[in-house]
Amino acid sequence: MKRRAAIAGLGQTAFSKDIGLPERTIALQAIAAALDDAGLTPADVDGLVRFDLESTTEVEIARNLGIPSLRFFAALPYGGGAGCATVALAAMAIATGQASVVVCWRARNRSSGGRPWAGTGAGVPGDKQFTAPYGLVRPVDQIAMLARRHMHEYGTTSAHFGMAAVACRKHAARNPAAMMREPITLADHQASRLVSDPLRKLDCCLETDGALAVVVTSVERARDLRQRPAVVLAAAQASGERHFVMTDYYGRHFLETPTTFVARDLFARAGVAPGDIDVAQIYDAFTPLVLFTLEELGFCAAGESGPLVSTGILEWPDGDLPTNTSGGGLSEAYVHGFNLILEGARQIRGTSTCQVEGAALSLVTSGAGVPTSALILCRD
Amino acid sequence: MAIPQRPLPQPDDATRPYWEAARRRELVVQRCGSCETLRFPPQPMCDACRSMTVECVRMSGRGTVFSFVVAHPPVLPAFQERAPFAIVLVELEDDPRLRIIGNLLDAPAEAACIGLPVEVVFEDVTETVTLPQWRPRGR
Repeated sequence: MKRRAAIAGLGQTAFSKDIGLPERTIALQAIAAALDDAGLTPADVDGLVRFDLESTTEVEIARNLGIPSLRFFAALPYGGGAGCATVALAAMAIATGQASVVVCWRARNRSSGGRPWAGTGAGVPGDKQFTAPYGLVRPVDQIAMLARRHMHEYGTTSAHFGMAAVACRKHAARNPAAMMREPITLADHQASRLVSDPLRKLDCCLETDGALAVVVTSVERARDLRQRPAVVLAAAQASGERHFVMTDYYGRHFLETPTTFVARDLFARAGVAPGDIDVAQIYDAFTPLVLFTLEELGFCAAGESGPLVSTGILEWPDGDLPTNTSGGGLSEAYVHGFNLILEGARQIRGTSTCQVEGAALSLVTSGAGVPTSALILCRD
Repeated sequence: MAIPQRPLPQPDDATRPYWEAARRRELVVQRCGSCETLRFPPQPMCDACRSMTVECVRMSGRGTVFSFVVAHPPVLPAFQERAPFAIVLVELEDDPRLRIIGNLLDAPAEAACIGLPVEVVFEDVTETVTLPQWRPRGR
């Protein structure tokens, strides 16, 4: 699959607290924009890959856009963990001849549509029956449980987490599409209210209405299209031992998330090392996830991410690993991390508002603490 | 005004014995009937030996806090009145591979800390549902 497929088109709606349009409508807008960007039409599309949480089905998308026939479609699980996996599956379909042009998208009115946890019912089945009755229903609590243990084991501090929030906001300030563009300081982070102690409001991603889409096709075809291809150098998907999605508290290695196993395959398949990466988009529903991911991907050893981010590594343009260069989920938009994929591709195109000069290897990760996926994009 | 109902466990074939034991004020976990590995949360198959023979064994009810959070608003309506409240992950003294989520009762949220010795208490939350919970104990 190495260097067989490329992201050839990018499309997105505005990001908003209340976009005033249904998810189906914004999905169609984003997909249409991505096809225009690539210089393709719905008649060229023969594959669709979505999140299983997506509210609009493939057939609805196809009949609205006027896609004559689909020969490949799939829906991928585990919330934000599905993001890069949609592109990975599209690339596999293309590399194996199952499809020629595949669109992947995420449309989510997570702001105006309300908080999913608020709908927790009176009767809770499955894994959640051991957590929800105790009020453990918010993603922020589920991640704070990991963050607290990380602080205990390694001396990581709230200010370390804050470094990720400050970097994302700094980058968002340059991005006209970002929802939050007012710069913040570490002091602002420390003064923001506790939501799930040890995590504060500024440790949490935004609540966003919006949609994004990418067009994936073969590298050969992408070369003839409108934009510079962002080639899929490698992709990986993984879950871990005895995994419990966002309440994975019962395993032998408490702070080991599926990202550890993504890392095992991703860099081996790409034939590169973490130190070769020029720019990163790291899933940031909550700030600690950025630090955990740096460790598990091998940018530093376990427990060293706090001191590492304190060096300013995440910040464009001077940091060694400019991260979430459009502002990420913390400051651009939180659309289940799909905006990170588009920004990863823009870095390869050379069109980011925080462009890393000569970026050749662009890393994107999806949901952390859940079964997840990641991509390394490169130039043709 | 009545406090809204908190979420309640909806037992299945694997988890029903756990909740029935809680009703009897006993904390139990599964023990593999073949290789005797203890496991929690309950599941039908032993991931060590693939046996589906299972028994329930009673735990001492003692443990220590392995991690915790203090939830501040906005929280579910059922928890609004007690916020900020502590959610603890307890490592059982019987086997450190066993961890269970609960709330810290009989203590302010500020009392929560990693390493805090706790013991199980049973909270009747409805006429038919009892939750294992935790309170500080002497060392």
